[in-house]
Amino acid sequence: MTDLRKTVAIVGVDESDEIGKVPNKSNLQHHAEAAHNALQDAGLSMKNVNGLFTAGTSTLNLAEYLGIEPSFTDTTAVGGSSFIIHIAHAMAAINAGYCDVALVTHGEAGRSARSRAGGNDSDPGPQFEVPYGYIGAPINYAVAARRYMHQYGEDRVRQGMAEVAIATRKWAQLNPKAYMKDDMSFDDYHDSRWISWPFHLFDCCLVTDAGGAYVITSAERAKDAKKKPVWVLGAAESHDHNMISQMPDLTRTVAKNTGPAAMQRAGVTHDDIDLAMIYDSFTYTVLTTLESLGYCGPGEAPDFVANQRTAPGGDFAMNTSGGGLSYTHSGMYGMFLVLEAVRQLRGECGQRQIKDPKLCLINGTGGSLSSTGTTILAVD
Amino acid sequence: MSYKKPIPVPQGESDYYWEKAKEEELWLRKCNECQEAYFYPRDISPCCFSKDTSWIQASGRAKLFTYGIVHRAPHAGFVDDVPFVTAIVQLEEGPKMATNIVIDDPTPEKLQIDMPLEVVFDSITDEITLPKFKPE
Repeated sequence: MTDLRKTVAIVGVDESDEIGKVPNKSNLQHHAEAAHNALQDAGLSMKNVNGLFTAGTSTLNLAEYLGIEPSFTDTTAVGGSSFIIHIAHAMAAINAGYCDVALVTHGEAGRSARSRAGGNDSDPGPQFEVPYGYIGAPINYAVAARRYMHQYGEDRVRQGMAEVAIATRKWAQLNPKAYMKDDMSFDDYHDSRWISWPFHLFDCCLVTDAGGAYVITSAERAKDAKKKPVWVLGAAESHDHNMISQMPDLTRTVAKNTGPAAMQRAGVTHDDIDLAMIYDSFTYTVLTTLESLGYCGPGEAPDFVANQRTAPGGDFAMNTSGGGLSYTHSGMYGMFLVLEAVRQLRGECGQRQIKDPKLCLINGTGGSLSSTGTTILAVD
Repeated sequence: MSYKKPIPVPQGESDYYWEKAKEEELWLRKCNECQEAYFYPRDISPCCFSKDTSWIQASGRAKLFTYGIVHRAPHAGFVDDVPFVTAIVQLEEGPKMATNIVIDDPTPEKLQIDMPLEVVFDSITDEITLPKFKPE
Protein backbone atom coordinates (compact mmCIF):
# COMPACT_ATOMS: atom_id res chain seq x y z
CA MET A 1 0.00 0.00 0.00
CA THR A 2 1.17 3.53 -0.81
CA ASP A 3 2.54 5.43 2.17
CA LEU A 4 0.14 8.36 2.53
CA ARG A 5 1.36 9.66 5.88
CA LYS A 6 1.26 13.46 6.10
CA THR A 7 0.10 13.87 2.51
CA VAL A 8 -3.02 15.68 3.72
CA ALA A 9 -3.90 17.80 6.74
CA ILE A 10 -6.99 19.10 8.48
CA VAL A 11 -6.69 22.89 8.41
CA GLY A 12 -10.07 24.10 9.64
CA VAL A 13 -12.74 22.94 12.08
CA ASP A 14 -15.81 24.39 13.80
CA GLU A 15 -19.36 23.85 14.97
CA SER A 16 -22.44 25.64 13.67
CA ASP A 17 -23.15 29.04 15.29
CA GLU A 18 -25.20 27.62 18.17
CA ILE A 19 -25.48 24.05 19.33
CA GLY A 20 -27.59 22.31 21.97
CA LYS A 21 -31.23 23.32 21.76
CA VAL A 22 -31.66 25.40 18.63
CA PRO A 23 -35.29 25.63 17.53
CA ASN A 24 -36.08 26.85 14.01
CA LYS A 25 -32.84 25.85 12.32
CA SER A 26 -32.88 23.13 9.69
CA ASN A 27 -30.29 20.42 9.21
CA LEU A 28 -28.86 22.23 6.18
CA GLN A 29 -28.51 25.48 8.12
CA HIS A 30 -26.33 23.69 10.62
CA HIS A 31 -24.25 22.28 7.75
CA ALA A 32 -23.82 25.69 6.16
CA GLU A 33 -22.96 27.59 9.34
CA ALA A 34 -20.40 24.97 10.32
CA ALA A 35 -18.91 25.06 6.80
CA HIS A 36 -18.68 28.84 6.94
CA ASN A 37 -16.96 28.75 10.31
CA ALA A 38 -14.57 25.92 9.46
CA LEU A 39 -13.47 27.64 6.24
CA GLN A 40 -12.86 30.83 8.21
CA ASP A 41 -10.77 28.83 10.69
CA ALA A 42 -8.77 27.52 7.71
CA GLY A 43 -8.35 30.90 6.07
CA LEU A 44 -10.07 29.56 2.95
CA SER A 45 -13.32 30.42 1.18
CA MET A 46 -16.11 28.36 -0.35
CA LYS A 47 -14.61 29.26 -3.77
CA ASN A 48 -11.60 27.08 -2.90
CA VAL A 49 -13.70 24.01 -2.13
CA ASN A 50 -13.71 21.35 -4.84
CA GLY A 51 -14.32 18.17 -2.83
CA LEU A 52 -17.57 17.75 -0.90
CA PHE A 53 -18.40 15.05 1.65
CA THR A 54 -21.35 14.47 3.91
CA ALA A 55 -23.74 11.89 5.37
CA GLY A 56 -27.37 12.16 6.41
CA THR A 57 -28.28 14.15 3.31
CA SER A 58 -27.00 13.80 -0.23
CA THR A 59 -24.12 15.97 -1.41
CA LEU A 60 -26.56 16.83 -4.24
CA ASN A 61 -28.76 18.61 -1.75
CA LEU A 62 -25.83 20.09 0.14
CA ALA A 63 -23.87 21.40 -2.88
CA GLU A 64 -26.95 23.13 -4.26
CA TYR A 65 -27.58 24.79 -0.88
CA LEU A 66 -23.93 25.87 -0.59
CA GLY A 67 -23.80 26.99 -4.23
CA ILE A 68 -20.84 24.92 -5.41
CA GLU A 69 -19.99 22.45 -8.18
CA PRO A 70 -17.60 19.95 -6.64
CA SER A 71 -15.16 17.96 -8.76
CA PHE A 72 -15.28 15.16 -6.19
CA THR A 73 -18.46 14.15 -4.38
CA ASP A 74 -18.97 11.53 -1.65
CA THR A 75 -22.14 10.76 0.33
CA THR A 76 -20.78 7.73 2.15
CA ALA A 77 -23.39 7.29 4.90
CA VAL A 78 -22.71 4.42 7.30
CA GLY A 79 -23.95 6.10 10.47
CA GLY A 80 -22.13 8.34 12.90
CA SER A 81 -18.73 6.99 11.90
CA SER A 82 -19.15 8.39 8.37
CA PHE A 83 -17.34 11.62 9.14
CA ILE A 84 -14.28 9.71 10.34
CA ILE A 85 -14.36 7.57 7.21
CA HIS A 86 -14.61 10.72 5.07
CA ILE A 87 -11.10 11.63 6.25
CA ALA A 88 -9.77 8.48 4.57
CA HIS A 89 -11.79 9.11 1.43
CA ALA A 90 -10.60 12.70 1.23
CA MET A 91 -7.03 11.50 1.68
CA ALA A 92 -7.43 9.15 -1.28
CA ALA A 93 -9.18 11.72 -3.47
CA ILE A 94 -6.63 14.46 -2.80
CA ASN A 95 -3.74 12.10 -3.48
CA ALA A 96 -5.39 11.01 -6.73
CA GLY A 97 -5.74 14.64 -7.76
CA TYR A 98 -9.54 14.67 -7.87
CA CYS A 99 -9.69 17.63 -5.50
CA ASP A 100 -7.38 19.63 -3.28
CA VAL A 101 -9.68 21.36 -0.79
CA ALA A 102 -12.17 18.94 0.72
CA LEU A 103 -15.05 20.14 2.86
CA VAL A 104 -16.80 17.67 5.15
CA THR A 105 -19.98 18.83 6.85
CA HIS A 106 -22.61 17.58 9.28
CA GLY A 107 -25.85 19.14 10.49
CA GLU A 108 -28.71 17.62 12.37
CA ALA A 109 -31.53 19.21 14.32
CA GLY A 110 -31.74 16.02 16.34
CA ARG A 111 -33.55 17.60 19.27
CA SER A 112 -35.82 20.10 17.58
CA ALA A 113 -36.67 18.41 14.28
CA ARG A 114 -36.82 14.85 15.56
CA SER A 115 -36.72 13.73 11.96
CA ARG A 116 -34.51 10.84 11.00
CA ALA A 117 -34.03 9.51 7.50
CA GLY A 118 -36.81 7.01 6.84
CA GLY A 119 -36.07 3.38 6.07
CA ASN A 120 -37.10 1.48 2.99
CA ASP A 121 -39.89 -1.02 3.69
CA SER A 122 -38.27 -3.58 1.42
CA ASP A 123 -35.11 -3.72 3.54
CA PRO A 124 -34.68 -6.57 6.04
CA GLY A 125 -34.87 -4.32 9.12
CA PRO A 126 -38.50 -3.23 8.62
CA GLN A 127 -39.49 -6.88 8.23
CA PHE A 128 -37.44 -8.66 10.85
CA GLU A 129 -36.53 -6.18 13.60
CA VAL A 130 -38.66 -3.03 13.57
CA PRO A 131 -42.03 -4.83 14.11
CA TYR A 132 -40.66 -6.12 17.43
CA GLY A 133 -39.80 -2.63 18.64
CA TYR A 134 -36.16 -2.56 17.58
CA ILE A 135 -36.39 1.15 16.85
CA GLY A 136 -33.58 3.52 17.74
CA ALA A 137 -30.11 3.11 19.11
CA PRO A 138 -30.88 2.67 22.86
CA ILE A 139 -32.82 -0.52 22.12
CA ASN A 140 -30.36 -1.93 19.60
CA TYR A 141 -27.27 -1.27 21.72
CA ALA A 142 -28.92 -2.54 24.91
CA VAL A 143 -29.07 -6.13 23.70
CA ALA A 144 -25.35 -6.02 22.87
CA ALA A 145 -24.53 -4.62 26.31
CA ARG A 146 -26.62 -7.33 27.97
CA ARG A 147 -24.68 -10.05 26.15
CA TYR A 148 -21.38 -8.44 27.19
CA MET A 149 -22.59 -8.38 30.82
CA HIS A 150 -23.46 -12.07 30.58
CA GLN A 151 -19.97 -12.92 29.35
CA TYR A 152 -17.97 -10.68 31.67
CA GLY A 153 -20.02 -10.12 34.82
CA GLU A 154 -22.93 -7.76 35.34
CA ASP A 155 -21.68 -5.89 38.42
CA ARG A 156 -18.21 -5.08 37.14
CA VAL A 157 -19.56 -4.09 33.72
CA ARG A 158 -22.14 -1.84 35.39
CA GLN A 159 -19.34 -0.21 37.37
CA GLY A 160 -17.33 0.32 34.17
CA MET A 161 -20.30 1.95 32.46
CA ALA A 162 -20.77 4.27 35.45
CA GLU A 163 -17.06 5.21 35.40
CA VAL A 164 -17.34 6.26 31.75
CA ALA A 165 -20.51 8.32 32.28
CA ILE A 166 -19.05 10.20 35.24
CA ALA A 167 -15.56 10.75 33.80
CA THR A 168 -17.09 12.11 30.60
CA ARG A 169 -19.33 14.50 32.54
CA LYS A 170 -16.27 15.88 34.33
CA TRP A 171 -14.72 16.76 30.96
CA ALA A 172 -17.98 18.44 29.87
CA GLN A 173 -17.78 20.68 32.92
CA LEU A 174 -14.58 22.10 31.39
CA ASN A 175 -16.13 22.75 27.96
CA PRO A 176 -18.15 25.97 27.62
CA LYS A 177 -20.03 24.48 24.64
CA ALA A 178 -21.18 21.36 26.51
CA TYR A 179 -24.91 20.75 26.93
CA MET A 180 -24.88 18.84 30.25
CA LYS A 181 -22.63 20.24 32.96
CA ASP A 182 -24.36 19.34 36.24
CA ASP A 183 -22.32 17.31 38.72
CA MET A 184 -22.94 13.56 38.38
CA SER A 185 -22.20 11.20 41.26
CA PHE A 186 -22.21 7.41 41.16
CA ASP A 187 -25.56 7.54 42.98
CA ASP A 188 -26.93 9.92 40.34
CA TYR A 189 -25.86 7.45 37.68
CA HIS A 190 -27.44 4.43 39.38
CA ASP A 191 -30.61 6.37 40.23
CA SER A 192 -31.20 7.65 36.71
CA ARG A 193 -34.24 6.14 35.06
CA TRP A 194 -34.24 3.09 32.84
CA ILE A 195 -34.42 3.76 29.12
CA SER A 196 -33.81 0.28 27.81
CA TRP A 197 -32.43 -2.06 30.44
CA PRO A 198 -29.45 -2.45 30.96
CA PHE A 199 -29.18 1.24 29.98
CA HIS A 200 -29.94 3.99 32.45
CA LEU A 201 -30.59 7.46 31.08
CA PHE A 202 -26.95 8.30 31.90
CA ASP A 203 -25.69 5.44 29.74
CA CYS A 204 -27.21 7.14 26.71
CA CYS A 205 -25.88 9.98 24.59
CA LEU A 206 -27.69 13.29 24.38
CA VAL A 207 -30.04 14.33 21.61
CA THR A 208 -29.11 17.87 20.57
CA ASP A 209 -29.17 20.17 17.58
CA ALA A 210 -25.71 20.75 16.13
CA GLY A 211 -23.58 21.03 13.04
CA GLY A 212 -19.86 20.63 12.50
CA ALA A 213 -17.42 20.80 9.63
CA TYR A 214 -13.76 20.39 8.83
CA VAL A 215 -11.54 21.20 5.88
CA ILE A 216 -8.82 18.85 4.60
CA THR A 217 -6.26 19.86 2.05
CA SER A 218 -3.00 18.74 0.46
CA ALA A 219 0.32 19.08 2.28
CA GLU A 220 1.26 21.72 -0.27
CA ARG A 221 -1.74 23.93 0.48
CA ALA A 222 -1.62 23.19 4.20
CA LYS A 223 1.64 25.13 4.40
CA ASP A 224 -0.30 28.35 3.76
CA ALA A 225 -3.07 27.64 6.25
CA LYS A 226 -3.79 30.08 9.06
CA LYS A 227 -3.13 27.54 11.80
CA LYS A 228 -0.75 24.65 12.23
CA PRO A 229 -1.71 21.69 10.05
CA VAL A 230 -3.08 18.61 11.76
CA TRP A 231 -1.67 15.75 9.70
CA VAL A 232 -3.52 12.58 8.82
CA LEU A 233 -1.14 9.69 9.47
CA GLY A 234 -3.36 6.71 8.76
CA ALA A 235 -6.97 5.64 8.46
CA ALA A 236 -9.09 2.52 8.03
CA GLU A 237 -12.79 1.64 7.76
CA SER A 238 -15.10 -1.37 7.79
CA HIS A 239 -18.53 -2.74 8.71
CA ASP A 240 -19.79 -6.25 9.43
CA HIS A 241 -23.61 -6.05 9.73
CA ASN A 242 -26.51 -3.64 9.67
CA MET A 243 -29.22 -5.13 11.94
CA ILE A 244 -28.05 -5.75 15.51
CA SER A 245 -29.42 -9.32 15.38
CA GLN A 246 -26.97 -10.02 12.56
CA MET A 247 -23.88 -8.78 14.41
CA PRO A 248 -21.32 -11.61 14.34
CA ASP A 249 -20.09 -10.93 17.91
CA LEU A 250 -22.14 -8.51 20.02
CA THR A 251 -19.10 -7.83 22.22
CA ARG A 252 -16.62 -6.79 19.49
CA THR A 253 -16.88 -4.17 16.76
CA VAL A 254 -14.92 -4.02 13.52
CA ALA A 255 -12.60 -1.61 15.30
CA LYS A 256 -10.76 -4.90 15.88
CA ASN A 257 -9.71 -4.54 12.22
CA THR A 258 -9.77 -0.80 11.63
CA GLY A 259 -7.76 0.03 14.77
CA PRO A 260 -4.73 -2.13 13.95
CA ALA A 261 -4.92 -1.20 10.24
CA ALA A 262 -4.99 2.55 10.93
CA MET A 263 -2.12 2.28 13.41
CA GLN A 264 -0.07 0.20 11.02
CA ARG A 265 -0.63 2.67 8.17
CA ALA A 266 0.30 5.50 10.55
CA GLY A 267 3.40 3.65 11.77
CA VAL A 268 2.41 4.03 15.43
CA THR A 269 1.44 1.78 18.35
CA HIS A 270 -0.91 2.25 21.30
CA ASP A 271 1.91 3.58 23.48
CA ASP A 272 2.67 6.43 21.06
CA ILE A 273 -0.86 7.87 21.25
CA ASP A 274 -1.48 10.79 23.63
CA LEU A 275 -5.26 10.90 23.60
CA ALA A 276 -8.24 9.04 22.22
CA MET A 277 -11.59 10.16 20.88
CA ILE A 278 -13.90 7.17 21.19
CA TYR A 279 -17.47 7.50 19.93
CA ASP A 280 -19.60 7.32 23.09
CA SER A 281 -23.12 6.81 21.80
CA PHE A 282 -23.52 4.74 24.97
CA THR A 283 -21.20 3.98 27.86
CA TYR A 284 -21.09 0.43 26.55
CA THR A 285 -19.84 1.61 23.13
CA VAL A 286 -16.70 2.89 24.85
CA LEU A 287 -16.04 -0.40 26.66
CA THR A 288 -16.38 -2.59 23.58
CA THR A 289 -14.43 -0.13 21.44
CA LEU A 290 -11.44 0.09 23.79
CA GLU A 291 -11.21 -3.71 23.69
CA SER A 292 -11.77 -3.94 19.95
CA LEU A 293 -9.02 -1.39 19.35
CA GLY A 294 -6.66 -3.52 21.43
CA TYR A 295 -6.18 -1.16 24.37
CA CYS A 296 -7.06 -4.15 26.56
CA GLY A 297 -8.26 -7.71 26.17
CA PRO A 298 -11.85 -8.97 25.83
CA GLY A 299 -13.80 -8.25 29.03
CA GLU A 300 -11.02 -6.08 30.50
CA ALA A 301 -12.40 -2.64 29.67
CA PRO A 302 -14.24 -2.24 33.01
CA ASP A 303 -10.84 -2.55 34.72
CA PHE A 304 -9.16 -0.34 32.12
CA VAL A 305 -11.50 2.60 32.90
CA ALA A 306 -11.63 1.97 36.68
CA ASN A 307 -10.95 4.69 39.26
CA GLN A 308 -11.84 7.52 36.89
CA ARG A 309 -8.82 6.81 34.73
CA THR A 310 -10.38 8.61 31.75
CA ALA A 311 -11.46 11.71 33.72
CA PRO A 312 -9.54 15.02 33.83
CA GLY A 313 -6.26 14.30 35.62
CA GLY A 314 -6.44 10.57 34.85
CA ASP A 315 -3.70 8.87 32.88
CA PHE A 316 -5.82 7.98 29.82
CA ALA A 317 -7.18 11.13 28.20
CA MET A 318 -10.38 10.30 26.35
CA ASN A 319 -13.36 12.26 25.01
CA THR A 320 -12.08 15.52 26.44
CA SER A 321 -14.97 17.53 24.93
CA GLY A 322 -17.43 15.80 27.24
CA GLY A 323 -18.37 13.41 24.45
CA GLY A 324 -21.71 12.42 23.03
CA LEU A 325 -22.76 11.65 26.60
CA SER A 326 -22.45 15.21 27.91
CA TYR A 327 -21.16 17.73 25.29
CA THR A 328 -23.35 17.28 22.24
CA HIS A 329 -24.88 14.49 20.18
CA SER A 330 -27.04 15.49 17.26
CA GLY A 331 -27.57 12.00 15.87
CA MET A 332 -24.44 11.27 13.84
CA TYR A 333 -21.83 12.43 16.31
CA GLY A 334 -18.60 11.36 14.57
CA MET A 335 -17.96 14.85 13.22
CA PHE A 336 -17.43 16.21 16.73
CA LEU A 337 -14.71 13.67 17.50
CA VAL A 338 -12.69 15.25 14.70
CA LEU A 339 -13.30 18.78 15.96
CA GLU A 340 -12.07 17.96 19.46
CA ALA A 341 -9.05 15.98 18.22
CA VAL A 342 -7.91 18.89 16.03
CA ARG A 343 -8.43 21.46 18.79
CA GLN A 344 -6.49 19.38 21.31
CA LEU A 345 -3.61 18.86 18.88
CA ARG A 346 -3.54 22.61 18.16
CA GLY A 347 -3.60 23.40 21.88
CA GLU A 348 -6.88 25.37 21.75
CA CYS A 349 -8.83 23.63 24.49
CA GLY A 350 -8.40 26.04 27.39
CA GLN A 351 -9.22 24.50 30.77
CA ARG A 352 -9.50 21.01 29.35
CA GLN A 353 -6.29 21.15 27.28
CA ILE A 354 -4.04 18.08 27.51
CA LYS A 355 -0.37 18.96 27.88
CA ASP A 356 1.33 19.10 24.47
CA PRO A 357 -0.31 16.16 22.71
CA LYS A 358 1.26 15.01 19.43
CA LEU A 359 -0.86 12.04 18.41
CA CYS A 360 -4.60 11.41 18.67
CA LEU A 361 -6.57 8.30 17.79
CA ILE A 362 -10.18 8.76 16.67
CA ASN A 363 -12.61 5.89 16.45
CA GLY A 364 -16.10 6.46 15.10
CA THR A 365 -18.85 3.86 15.38
CA GLY A 366 -21.98 3.93 13.22
CA GLY A 367 -25.31 2.19 12.79
CA SER A 368 -25.99 -0.48 15.43
CA LEU A 369 -22.32 -1.02 16.32
CA SER A 370 -22.14 -1.74 12.59
CA SER A 371 -19.38 0.38 11.09
CA THR A 372 -16.15 1.84 12.38
CA GLY A 373 -13.60 4.29 11.08
CA THR A 374 -10.29 4.75 12.85
CA THR A 375 -7.97 7.65 12.08
CA ILE A 376 -4.65 8.74 13.55
CA LEU A 377 -3.96 12.49 13.56
CA ALA A 378 -0.70 14.22 14.45
CA VAL A 379 1.01 17.58 14.76
CA ASP A 380 4.70 18.31 14.20
CA MET B 1 -59.16 -1.99 17.03
CA SER B 2 -56.40 -1.02 14.66
CA TYR B 3 -52.86 -2.20 15.05
CA LYS B 4 -50.56 0.79 15.64
CA LYS B 5 -47.07 -0.74 15.44
CA PRO B 6 -44.95 -1.03 12.29
CA ILE B 7 -46.14 -3.91 10.10
CA PRO B 8 -43.75 -5.96 7.95
CA VAL B 9 -44.14 -5.70 4.19
CA PRO B 10 -43.31 -9.14 2.72
CA GLN B 11 -40.98 -9.22 -0.27
CA GLY B 12 -40.65 -11.80 -3.01
CA GLU B 13 -38.04 -13.84 -1.20
CA SER B 14 -39.81 -13.63 2.18
CA ASP B 15 -43.42 -14.29 1.04
CA TYR B 16 -43.13 -17.96 2.01
CA TYR B 17 -41.79 -17.10 5.49
CA TRP B 18 -44.79 -14.86 6.18
CA GLU B 19 -47.30 -17.29 4.65
CA LYS B 20 -46.01 -20.05 6.91
CA ALA B 21 -46.01 -17.75 9.96
CA LYS B 22 -49.70 -17.13 9.28
CA GLU B 23 -50.16 -20.91 9.52
CA GLU B 24 -48.27 -20.77 12.84
CA GLU B 25 -45.12 -22.39 11.50
CA LEU B 26 -41.58 -21.03 11.54
CA TRP B 27 -39.57 -21.73 8.39
CA LEU B 28 -35.93 -21.01 7.60
CA ARG B 29 -33.73 -21.05 4.53
CA LYS B 30 -30.97 -23.61 4.38
CA CYS B 31 -27.86 -23.64 2.20
CA ASN B 32 -27.52 -26.99 0.47
CA GLU B 33 -23.78 -26.52 -0.09
CA CYS B 34 -22.74 -26.26 3.55
CA GLN B 35 -26.03 -27.48 5.10
CA GLU B 36 -26.27 -24.37 7.31
CA ALA B 37 -29.65 -22.89 8.10
CA TYR B 38 -29.71 -19.09 8.02
CA PHE B 39 -31.89 -16.16 8.93
CA TYR B 40 -33.30 -13.91 7.46
CA PRO B 41 -34.59 -15.56 4.27
CA ARG B 42 -32.57 -14.85 1.15
CA ASP B 43 -32.68 -16.74 -2.15
CA ILE B 44 -28.88 -16.74 -2.31
CA SER B 45 -27.19 -17.99 0.85
CA PRO B 46 -24.93 -15.59 2.78
CA CYS B 47 -22.58 -18.41 3.87
CA CYS B 48 -21.56 -19.80 0.44
CA PHE B 49 -23.29 -17.25 -1.80
CA SER B 50 -25.00 -20.24 -3.35
CA LYS B 51 -28.31 -20.42 -5.22
CA ASP B 52 -28.68 -24.05 -4.12
CA THR B 53 -30.92 -23.39 -1.13
CA SER B 54 -34.14 -24.79 0.30
CA TRP B 55 -36.79 -24.05 2.92
CA ILE B 56 -36.89 -26.08 6.16
CA GLN B 57 -39.35 -25.98 9.02
CA ALA B 58 -37.81 -24.94 12.33
CA SER B 59 -38.63 -26.86 15.50
CA GLY B 60 -39.66 -23.65 17.22
CA ARG B 61 -37.30 -24.32 20.10
CA ALA B 62 -34.71 -21.69 20.95
CA LYS B 63 -32.47 -20.31 23.68
CA LEU B 64 -32.34 -16.75 24.93
CA PHE B 65 -29.10 -15.29 23.55
CA THR B 66 -29.53 -11.74 24.82
CA TYR B 67 -32.24 -9.17 25.49
CA GLY B 68 -33.13 -5.68 26.64
CA ILE B 69 -36.11 -4.46 28.61
CA VAL B 70 -37.57 -1.40 26.92
CA HIS B 71 -38.91 1.19 29.37
CA ARG B 72 -39.16 4.19 27.06
CA ALA B 73 -41.43 3.46 24.08
CA PRO B 74 -39.55 4.10 20.83
CA HIS B 75 -42.74 4.61 18.80
CA ALA B 76 -46.35 5.57 19.61
CA GLY B 77 -47.53 2.02 18.90
CA PHE B 78 -45.51 0.63 21.83
CA VAL B 79 -46.64 3.06 24.54
CA ASP B 80 -49.05 0.58 26.15
CA ASP B 81 -46.49 -2.24 26.00
CA VAL B 82 -43.66 -0.87 28.14
CA PRO B 83 -41.84 -2.47 29.77
CA PHE B 84 -41.42 -5.09 27.06
CA VAL B 85 -38.60 -7.41 26.04
CA THR B 86 -36.58 -7.11 22.85
CA ALA B 87 -34.57 -10.28 22.47
CA ILE B 88 -32.19 -12.10 20.19
CA VAL B 89 -32.87 -15.82 20.34
CA GLN B 90 -30.76 -18.64 18.97
CA LEU B 91 -32.91 -21.21 17.20
CA GLU B 92 -32.23 -24.90 17.68
CA GLU B 93 -31.18 -25.00 14.00
CA GLY B 94 -28.44 -22.39 14.69
CA PRO B 95 -29.52 -19.02 13.31
CA LYS B 96 -30.28 -16.06 15.54
CA MET B 97 -33.31 -13.82 15.12
CA ALA B 98 -34.70 -10.68 16.71
CA THR B 99 -38.03 -11.12 18.47
CA ASN B 100 -40.00 -10.37 21.64
CA ILE B 101 -40.23 -12.56 24.71
CA VAL B 102 -43.87 -12.79 25.78
CA ILE B 103 -43.77 -12.53 29.57
CA ASP B 104 -45.68 -10.52 32.19
CA ASP B 105 -43.84 -7.79 34.11
CA PRO B 106 -40.37 -8.55 32.72
CA THR B 107 -37.36 -8.25 35.03
CA PRO B 108 -33.75 -9.37 34.60
CA GLU B 109 -34.42 -12.07 37.22
CA LYS B 110 -37.08 -13.66 35.02
CA LEU B 111 -34.86 -13.59 31.96
CA GLN B 112 -31.83 -15.84 32.20
CA ILE B 113 -29.43 -16.03 29.26
CA ASP B 114 -29.65 -19.49 27.63
CA MET B 115 -33.10 -20.22 29.12
CA PRO B 116 -35.17 -22.48 26.83
CA LEU B 117 -37.90 -20.85 24.78
CA GLU B 118 -40.58 -21.90 22.36
CA VAL B 119 -42.16 -20.05 19.49
CA VAL B 120 -45.63 -18.54 19.78
CA PHE B 121 -47.51 -16.72 17.06
CA ASP B 122 -49.05 -13.27 17.30
CA SER B 123 -51.55 -12.57 14.53
CA ILE B 124 -51.38 -8.79 14.11
CA THR B 125 -53.37 -8.35 10.87
CA ASP B 126 -55.27 -10.58 8.46
CA GLU B 127 -52.03 -10.92 6.48
CA ILE B 128 -49.26 -10.87 9.05
CA THR B 129 -48.43 -13.08 12.02
CA LEU B 130 -45.28 -12.35 14.03
CA PRO B 131 -43.29 -15.24 15.49
CA LYS B 132 -42.48 -14.46 19.13
CA PHE B 133 -41.10 -16.58 21.95
CA LYS B 134 -42.09 -17.51 25.49
CA PRO B 135 -40.31 -19.47 28.23
CA GLU B 136 -40.75 -23.20 27.70
